[in-house]
Amino acid sequence: MPGLSGRMSTVVKAKISKLLDRAEDPSETLEYSYQKQIELLQNVKKGIADVVTSKKRLQLQTEKLQQQVIKLDTQARQALAAGNEDLARLALERKNVAQTELQSLDSQVAELENQQQQMTASEQKLRAKIESFRSRKEVIKAQYSAAEAQVKISEAATGVGEEMADVGLAMQRALDKTENMKARASAVQELEAAGTFEDLTQIGSGEDDIDRQLRQLSSTSEVDSELAKLKAELGAGSSPQGALGAGSGSGSAAGSDQAASGEGSGQQEQAS
Amino acid sequence: MIVRISTEGQYELSDADGEALNELDNEVVLACESGDATAFHATFSRMLELVRTRGSRLDENRLAGSDIILPPPDVSLDEARQEFRGEGLIPG
Repeated sequence: MPGLSGRMSTVVKAKISKLLDRAEDPSETLEYSYQKQIELLQNVKKGIADVVTSKKRLQLQTEKLQQQVIKLDTQARQALAAGNEDLARLALERKNVAQTELQSLDSQVAELENQQQQMTASEQKLRAKIESFRSRKEVIKAQYSAAEAQVKISEAATGVGEEMADVGLAMQRALDKTENMKARASAVQELEAAGTFEDLTQIGSGEDDIDRQLRQLSSTSEVDSELAKLKAELGAGSSPQGALGAGSGSGSAAGSDQAASGEGSGQQEQAS
Repeated sequence: MIVRISTEGQYELSDADGEALNELDNEVVLACESGDATAFHATFSRMLELVRTRGSRLDENRLAGSDIILPPPDVSLDEARQEFRGEGLIPG
């Protein structure tokens, strides 16, 4: 039988039959196969635990990012209220990045949840088969001659072996997906480590590498429209309320640049 | 005959349904050979549906090897191309 899944179970079957050929005492073989099955069941449990751990890690990251989104949004509002549009734009750009990450994390968590359920179901099925093998084994030992036992064991072991290969395949697929997610999660961690989501008020004035990368990552048009929305919200009546904390840096530019900020109706020429 | 859908479970099918499955198997091989992802997914879904609706779930306690093993439902065309070639999963 060709094929990935076909091959897998063929390998398992081959191993089992080799084992059966070598054994002199069928009841010994039975015990040995049963022990092997129990061992493999433990591996499946470990695999499920890995998936759960990955899921929890991603969930933790999701929570952190949610907080960052709220924080950056607040900072953008504060910056705009203080008349610092550059800083507001920076905050919105970072918020944009955080939101994009958040969306992909959400779907990954959902997928892992799905994997976990599937693997739990497989584990239960495998356990039922092994249990069935256990009782079959006692019957074979009690009722059959050595030659007949050999045949019966082979049948039963093939059934369990195929089930095991299948659980193995399901687990491999689940873990492969988890690996991809881990890579993604560590990419987010790197962004964090590089200060991407740090408190903006603590960042110096000049545009650094991170800013330039961020600009590329986040959609400018989205940031623009969000900035316009914020302006509209704030523009309705509220006057600038004090500057942001220390780091806003580019301060001197703030006054003249933002003169026309509230209206957004194309009166740039006014000043000259 | 006993058919397993990988990562899902075993089903028992009548020989007539096995024939129908074989025809779909041949179609899937063609789709794989031409690299037509849409045709592949459509036909492979029909294979899965046939097994799920016409077959009956094998009793959990029954220890039997399968006559045919289908790839997992979420298989990609690239993965499937390793399996569905020549005579497909079912010879003939």
